[in-house]
Amino acid sequence: MALSGPIMANPQHPLIEATGVNVHIGGRQVLQDIELSLSAGEIVTVVGPNGSGKSTLLRALIGAIPVSSGRVSRGPGLRVGYVPQRLHIDPTLPLTVGRFLNLPRRHGRHAIDQALARAGIPGRAGAAMSALSGGQFQRALMARALLDEPDLLMLDEASQGLDQTGTADFYRQLEEIRDQLGCGILMVSHDLHVVMRAADRVICLNHHICCQGHPEAVTAAPEYRALFGTDDEEALAIFRHDPHKHPHDHPREDNHAG
Amino acid sequence: MLDDFMVRAALAGLGVMLAAAPLGCFVVWRRMAFFGAATAHAAVLGVALSLALSMSVFAGVLAVSLLMAISVTLLSHRGYAMDTLLGVMAHSSLAFGLVAVSFLSDVRIDLMAYLFGDILAVGRTDLGIIWSGSLLVLGLTLWRWQPLLLATVSEELAHAEGYDPRRESLVLTVALAIVVAVAIKVVGVLLIAALLIIPAATARPFSATPERMAIIAAGLGIVSVLGGLWGSWNLDTPTGPTIVCVAAILFALLNTIARFERGRSSD
Repeated sequence: MALSGPIMANPQHPLIEATGVNVHIGGRQVLQDIELSLSAGEIVTVVGPNGSGKSTLLRALIGAIPVSSGRVSRGPGLRVGYVPQRLHIDPTLPLTVGRFLNLPRRHGRHAIDQALARAGIPGRAGAAMSALSGGQFQRALMARALLDEPDLLMLDEASQGLDQTGTADFYRQLEEIRDQLGCGILMVSHDLHVVMRAADRVICLNHHICCQGHPEAVTAAPEYRALFGTDDEEALAIFRHDPHKHPHDHPREDNHAG
Repeated sequence: MLDDFMVRAALAGLGVMLAAAPLGCFVVWRRMAFFGAATAHAAVLGVALSLALSMSVFAGVLAVSLLMAISVTLLSHRGYAMDTLLGVMAHSSLAFGLVAVSFLSDVRIDLMAYLFGDILAVGRTDLGIIWSGSLLVLGLTLWRWQPLLLATVSEELAHAEGYDPRRESLVLTVALAIVVAVAIKVVGVLLIAALLIIPAATARPFSATPERMAIIAAGLGIVSVLGGLWGSWNLDTPTGPTIVCVAAILFALLNTIARFERGRSSD
């Protein structure tokens, strides 16, 4: 695979690495002894129950939340494309989609149009961000994150606001992006079903890392079963692409080579 | 030309608006309206201190406004609600300032001039200070425009791009203190926040992008200054408040028109 950029040229160096990271918020420990590293070309999904610190982990990795101990090291010149869980744009701030994509670096009209077309919202550069539907808004966030060809793409519950078909397409698209850009992808999701398919590695988080590894290995781990209870049977079934057990699933999912 | 007090007044007003319009947009977008008002109120203490120490009013006001703005920014990370903190600090410093002024019995000062401004008394030195301060603020705002805008849209996105949103908001804080210090002579501490907020709020319905909003706000600010000067000359009214009245009338008029237009286009 053709890899570009100074970071890509050195695959044994992780893009981002957390060593012994602890995070406290308001006196409460949210993350404990996190050891994590992510390399180029890898898709890693963080799963965990509500309030388990998934979003906090992503924010600590980008430096939005200070760590109380431990270290987060980013590769030199690492370009991060970040897609936040939600974004509230104050109604007093006029912002078109095109202008949003030009933050903080300006791009040519052509590059913007191309990015929007790739994200599935062609020709919307002149639309106000507030006029977008939930799904379109999410696509605009994604288009912005991909504009500068990031080394590391971070997604926090990025499939929110997408319907089932949209979600399936979205995760399929992630694999394409990884293959095209050779970037690492770190994402958080509760969407166990689809996530399990796209990820190379799953990290099961409940304030500390309970277990991690290949999706199938993780879903079989007792720590994972303790956290997700009966949900895992369903997730596992879909991971194995059993069409008879879930005939209501979108038929396109069955095309995936199992 | 600068010998005419009306020309000096107009130049002073235009100078302030040049910095206040784009900064005011950020004040509106970031919901800092009360922060602006509070920083301005604290300036009364600065006036009292500089008169007591017989130093430049500009320097005293700048120092107190900066101190106020920075301490509120730092304290707000320690679990106090921002508006409570501002309420405590702004009104305390206003009260201490007013009390301190009453001790300065040997200095005859016209408190009204600092509360409501005295734009017609702007001298050449004042004009120099106003324009240097304004150009500095305008320069700061333009220099940090993109990262400030990104941090306003989302602090997380700013972090991910390697910017520190706290540093960007410190830039705004410092710019705000400078605007307060230069605008005190023009509209006075009680009405400075109006110059920041009203033109920006008026510009909103006519703007599709942040840049347009800032440019329209500057235009509206200039119209308000010139209209206010003309009005106060003809009606013999206090100039600072008249400028703010013109800005408020523009707000009401243009917002009504915008609403009407939107109602018509949705039919």
